[in-house]
Formats: sequence, C-alpha cells, structure tokens
Amino acid sequence: MRLKFDSVIDALLPVFATFAALGVGAIMLMALQVSPVEAYSALWEGAFGSKNAIAETLVKATPLLLVGLGICIAFRANVINIGAEGQMIIGGLMATQVGLVFTDLPGWVVIIMAIFAGFLGGAIWGGIPGALKAYFGVNEILSTVMMNAIAVQIMNFMLRGPMMDPAQLEKASKIPQTARLAEAFRLPRLVPTRLHLGFVFAIALAVLVYVLLWRTTLGYRIRAVGQNPHASRYGGIRVRRRIVTALLLSGAFAGIAGAIQVYGVNYRMITDGSSTGFTGGAGFNGIVAALFGQLHPIGTIPASIFFGALLVGANKMQRVVQIPAALITALNGLVVIFVVSSELWRRRRQKQRLLVDEGGEPPPSESPKTEKGASASEEVMA
Amino acid sequence: MTEENKLPSGHTRIDSLEMRGITKRFPGVLASDNVNFDVKSGEVHALLGENGAGKSTLMKILYGMYEPSEGEIFLNGKKITIDTPTDAINHGIGMIHQHFMLVETLTVAENVALGLPSSRGFLTDLDKVSARILELADIYGLEIDPEAYIWQLSVGQQQRVEIIKALYRGAALLILDEPTAVLTPQEVDEFFVIMRQMVADGHGLIFISHKLHEIMNICDRVTILRDGAKVGTRNIADITKSELANWMVGREVSMTRELEEIERGPSRLSIENLSCDNERELPAVKNVSLNIYSGEILGLAGISGNGQRELAESITGLREITGGKVLLEDEDITNARPGEVTKRMLSYIPEERMRDGMIKDFSIAENMVLREHHIPPFAEKGFLKLKKIASHSDELIKKFRVKTPSRETKAGTLSGGNIQKVVLAREISRNPRVLIAAQPTRGLDVGATEYVHEQLLEQRRDGTAIMMISEDLDEVMALSDRIAVICEGEIMGIVERADATPQKLGLMMAGESGE
Repeated sequence: MRLKFDSVIDALLPVFATFAALGVGAIMLMALQVSPVEAYSALWEGAFGSKNAIAETLVKATPLLLVGLGICIAFRANVINIGAEGQMIIGGLMATQVGLVFTDLPGWVVIIMAIFAGFLGGAIWGGIPGALKAYFGVNEILSTVMMNAIAVQIMNFMLRGPMMDPAQLEKASKIPQTARLAEAFRLPRLVPTRLHLGFVFAIALAVLVYVLLWRTTLGYRIRAVGQNPHASRYGGIRVRRRIVTALLLSGAFAGIAGAIQVYGVNYRMITDGSSTGFTGGAGFNGIVAALFGQLHPIGTIPASIFFGALLVGANKMQRVVQIPAALITALNGLVVIFVVSSELWRRRRQKQRLLVDEGGEPPPSESPKTEKGASASEEVMA
Repeated sequence: MTEENKLPSGHTRIDSLEMRGITKRFPGVLASDNVNFDVKSGEVHALLGENGAGKSTLMKILYGMYEPSEGEIFLNGKKITIDTPTDAINHGIGMIHQHFMLVETLTVAENVALGLPSSRGFLTDLDKVSARILELADIYGLEIDPEAYIWQLSVGQQQRVEIIKALYRGAALLILDEPTAVLTPQEVDEFFVIMRQMVADGHGLIFISHKLHEIMNICDRVTILRDGAKVGTRNIADITKSELANWMVGREVSMTRELEEIERGPSRLSIENLSCDNERELPAVKNVSLNIYSGEILGLAGISGNGQRELAESITGLREITGGKVLLEDEDITNARPGEVTKRMLSYIPEERMRDGMIKDFSIAENMVLREHHIPPFAEKGFLKLKKIASHSDELIKKFRVKTPSRETKAGTLSGGNIQKVVLAREISRNPRVLIAAQPTRGLDVGATEYVHEQLLEQRRDGTAIMMISEDLDEVMALSDRIAVICEGEIMGIVERADATPQKLGLMMAGESGE
C-alpha cells in the first residue's frame, strides 16, 4: 500500500517541481510589476487556449520529441550528445536535396526518401564523434559541439552556393535559401491547422525507441555499456562499437527532426547564419525534454509537449503582459533546474526506502571504495 | 623542546604511536576487532593480511578517515583523538595512498602547496615552496624538480612527490599503502633506499604489502591481521621467510573434506607459456603453463596481486596475451574476444564481481543473461525473448536460493552473498566445459561459502574442468585435486592433493620453487 503511494509521489515529483519553478518565476514577474496570474493565464491561453494554439504546441513539440528520442539512446549509453543542432542541420540539408532533385517522383516516395536522407545525414554527423570517442578517446561533448559549428557553416555555404534558390540567384536580394518544395512533397496536415503528420510519426518512433531499448539485444547492449562497460565487455559486448552505434542512432533521430522540420513546417531551408535560425533551438531543448522525461522515450512525449507549450505560450505571454523575451528563457531554465533537482531527490527517497526494506542495513558490498555509478543526467548537469 | 627529538626536516619526532583495542563495526561486519598496534621512531612496521583482513580499516582509522567504534590512540604516551585527515597531519601522521592524490596538470611545487595557506595571502608563494622542496629533497635524497609537471613524471617520481608532500606537511610517521604495487623492480630498489634513509633519520613507517620478500628485506617488525583481528606481532630478525609464510597461512586446516573419487577426464583447457602485462604494461604473468582436466578442480593458490587476476582475464579474452597459447580442447582461443570465449562454453566468475560480473542497475533477470543475451533461447533475430528470460531467471532464483523480492529487483541492491549466487547461477547453469572461479567465496559468510563450494563440487562431478583461484589456503586445500602456486606471475609448482601441506604451499607462495 505504502509502496503504491510512494510511487505516485515519485511520478508527480516533476510536476511539483514545475509548479515550484513557476512560483519562483512569479516572484520575478512581480519584480517587473507584472501580475503573475495574468502572465500565466496568458501562457496557458497561448499554449492550449484554442485549436490553433494546441496545434502550434504540438508542432513545436515534434522536433523536441525526435531530438529527445535520440538523446534517450545516447544518454542511456552514457554518451553525452550535445550535437543535435548540427545533426538536425545536416539531416535537413540532405532531406531538402532529395526533394529538390527527385521532382518527378510521387510525393509519398519522396517523403520516405527524405526522411531516410535525414536519418542518414544525422547518423553521419553523430557517428563521426562516436567513432572519435570510441577509438581515439576524444571527449564527445567537445566534438559534438564542434560538429555543430561545422554544420552551420556547411549550411551557410550550401544555401548561398550550390543549393541556393535559382530565383534568388537572379534577384539582387540573394536570400540564402533553397527553392520551395513541391506541394506534393509536403507532409499532410492533420486538421485544418499547421499540425502535420510528423507529430504522429514522432509518437510512433517513440514507441519504436522504447522497443529498441528494452526489447532488443542492441538496446540491451546500449544500456549495458552505459551502466558498466567492464561487465559489458565480460558479457561479450563490443563496447566501442556500441558507443558508436548509440551516437550514430542519436544523431539519426536528430537528422529526422531536421527532415521533418523542412517537410512539415518550412518547406525549404533558409538560414539566418546561425543554427537556431533553422532548428529553433530544438537541438538543445530536446536534451532538456529527454531529461524531463527521465530519459525514457515514452516519458519524453509529454515532456516535449510540455516544453513545446512553454515555448509557444511564452510568445503570447510576452505580447500580453509586455515583458522582455529574456524572462522566458529564464523561466525555461528555472523549470529545468527544479526538475533535475527533483530527480536527485527522488533517487534519494528510493535509496532510503530500500534501506528501510532491508531493515536499515545497506548492502554489505557497498564499501566506501565502490565507484559511484553516476548517471548520465547527473553527469551532464555537473 | 630539545634538538634531540627533531627530525632533519625540522619537525618533531614521533617516538611512539600506539593504537589500543581498536574496534570498527560496519553494519553486519566487524572490520576491526580489538586490535593493538604500535610504531616507534626509526622502524618499519609491516602490516600483513589477506584482502579484507582489516589493514585498510585500521589505517583509515589512524589517518582520521574512519571513526573507531572503540579504542584509543596514544601519541608519545599521550591520548589523542583523530577525527579528520587534517587532525592526522597536524599530529605528524602522513599517508601515501596506493592511488596517488596528485593533480596531473600542475607542477610539483603547485601540488605540494595545494590546500595549504600561502605566506603571501591571496598570492602564491611557490618560490618559497620550491626552495623548501629542494631542501627536503636534499635531506632525504629524493631527486625531484619542483617545476616539473606531474604528467611528465614516472610513477616512481610521482610517488616521491607524494612523500615530499607528506614531509612538507610535517609528517613524522608515514603510512605506506602498498607502495610497491605500482613500481618496477628498479623503482622498488630506489624506493627502499629512500625508506631506509627516512628510518635512519628517525621517522616511523607503516608498510602495507602482500610481498613477503619485501617485508623480509625492509621491515623491522611485522603484524599479521586476519578477519579483522590481530594474529600477532613478531620481529623480522627472529623469523625466517618460510616461517613468516607458514605463520600467515598456517592456521589449522579446519575443513578437511574427502573429495569424491572421480576419474579424471581428458584435458579441457591447456595454457602454454602464457604471458601478459598488467595495466602499467609490466609483465604480470610470465610463461605460465597449466593443464586443467575434465572433472578436476585445479586450485591456484597465491597471495593476491601475484598475477592471478591477469591470468584469469587473459584466458577469458579480457586481457591481451603477449605470448603463448590457450587451447580449449583442440580449439585455439588465444586472444579470442570475450564473446567468442563465452560461446565456446568457458565460464568465468570474476574476482571483482560488482565491477566485472554484473550490472548494478540492471534487474536480476537481465543480469542472469548477461553472457547470453544475444543467443537463443534468450534472443531471436535481434529481439530479446523476455518471457524466456523471465522464466529462466525465476528458475535460477529458486534453484540457487537467491534471496530477492522479485526477478525485477535491481541486482545492485542485493547482499554480497546473493550477488555471488546470481553470478554463480549464470555461469554454472550453462553447463560449461571449463569454469574459472576467481576468489569465489571472498567476502561471503559461512553459509554462502559452503553453498558455493557445494556447487563447485557438483560441477566437478559433472565433468567440468575447474580452475579455482583463491588466496584462502583452507579453501584451496579442501576442494582441489591439484594445487598450483603462483608467485610474482610465475607458477612455483603443482602439488597433488595428497602431498599438499600448508607449510609446503606457504613456502611456494613466498616464492620458493616447489621441487
């Protein structure tokens, strides 16, 4: 009985944490002489107030979810992928190219090919740092961040050069963008809003990632490598290869996010010179969503929607109560800090419960020397 | 204070340090049981005992890292309390850890100054520190460049930095925790010269080592611990190496057990002239040749740290073999991948089961198939057969009497004995051709130990070729058909069960040839 109650509390902890964060945010709003009630109701209104608002939230959530799924895979292998921005860009570029080249093929064929191209592009961009880590010991946090910078420059080059819209070439404006994709290639819309099929596709992939991680030998290996490389080796798992696989798959999902962004929302690639111009920061926010979802692909679904709502609702809030955009970023950050901290708290509660169950005795094997198995989320936040 | 009780470093000498009636209880474990221990100025006092005998616990209490449950510490006859390492340092007690506590990207002088107040307030006083380092280095014959970066130094030199660090902080008494384990033979010789110099100058040294010849070579007295309790203290001058070996291992063999007569089958595993290195790329196993036959237990006795772990890892594919061959029946498995070795039905119970043998955050069910998670019946076409895995682990939990709420319980929450049962169940249930069991009962209570022994004998009956690595001589003598003794990476000889006596094995463990 008590156990059931405890697990309900555990599940609700992130929700409590979110409210706590909004509470601190309220203090900040009051400091700006804005009514928190008014601000937060605007936020809610903006995110869920109408059919269009909900659709926008889900559209925003889609790349977060896709990136987050990749993050789940990488972090489960204890590999920290900060390169989803770059992986999205390369995936987006390759997917766009498919749509610009194969103009004669039927729409659904091109869409499938484009998603595959996105997968491939992201996989390459994730696989390179993976191989560098596994075989040369290069820190993947550094290399994935660096790969982001390279990807941005490749995008800028391609959109100003080889992939530039022929129409722009003739004009003097020379906006760095590709031609628009043919109408037939666009992802179908679900309801008369901007919500597109990509969202449903992402949900399906979340289930697929769940199956991958917990129902296949590959998933078993990825998780084993992340938890204990020594025992993995002993278990016949080729640790280096699985590190590459994890980063490669992680990148691939970000690459799909890039492809979906082009085929579902923008219908072309356009650059303002930065990565966020294309990704909207999904490459970073996806990490947060995955952590919020406790690195579980199914948990990442509501987490992505939550952050999507926060992003969309914040726009409305900014318009209604006239506050600086920076506050929205701060609010986002607050939520992350509170939720990640609550995760540590939850773990401590769990440990205590175990001690109680065992009659107050810690497992004797737990000597002070035993190395601490720091989880990915702890490590990345440290 | 007179000049006589000063050390050359300028600090006050510790004439005597005494630990009286030290007891340390951990939940369910008596790590230290009413131990008396003392060191005097100008002597090296060795602390000897098997892993888990309580050496580290005792030293951690002396260095203020653990609080004793009972007992007192006297310095020069006066009672003191040591609550933190800082207290220990202030009393003139220093410790050189087995794993160095140095910042690689800083210089020697910076490492020495780390954590100490500077004479110039917020600014560093590295020139002063360097001068003092050179002064100390001169007194004790420690050649070291204060400007050198740690990463540029060899392990031997890094150890000298640790010693200087302790001397700089005023250490009169030094605890040396297995200082020679990481050194090459040449570095060991140099290190002994430094130790002798320090002793001659009036320092007291506590020397922890598994190597008997080193203890005979450098120490004045030796104290032996077993199961947390003190066995005794002797003067090295009054004891020969073989006596020391006997004393260490020569308890009454309490578990005489008649081994069932089994006809020995053909050779299952043959190891030919095998050599491999340790982590520091020093030779750990040298030209070892062994045959293990179907239906026998070959005991591999030896003081731990003499190449047993490396030998087991090189056979099972976890460590690169630099010379020689390993044959499993007629298949060459030299440097085969661990997965290949598993597939050929060689099972391995690793020594560090928490680190190498299981994944703490995985469920018991997942751990039960760690070695076979990719092959039928537990996986087909890349998918795990969860139902099969579940029924398999339920079966093993029942058969091996693993105490757990369910198969979904995280393995890391089990007790040591139950964890070993999980590993044992996994390795034995495959009906392996060869089983290598490294320290299979270390840290287990009497009941669990008995259970593991029964299982090993059951395997022997089934015709498995078993190599049992153990530093517990009782265990080796009780279960083995033949006993090989390893010392510093070499097999000193193989003794038949009938001919084995603790005295004979003890001598071989100390490095004397069995012939």
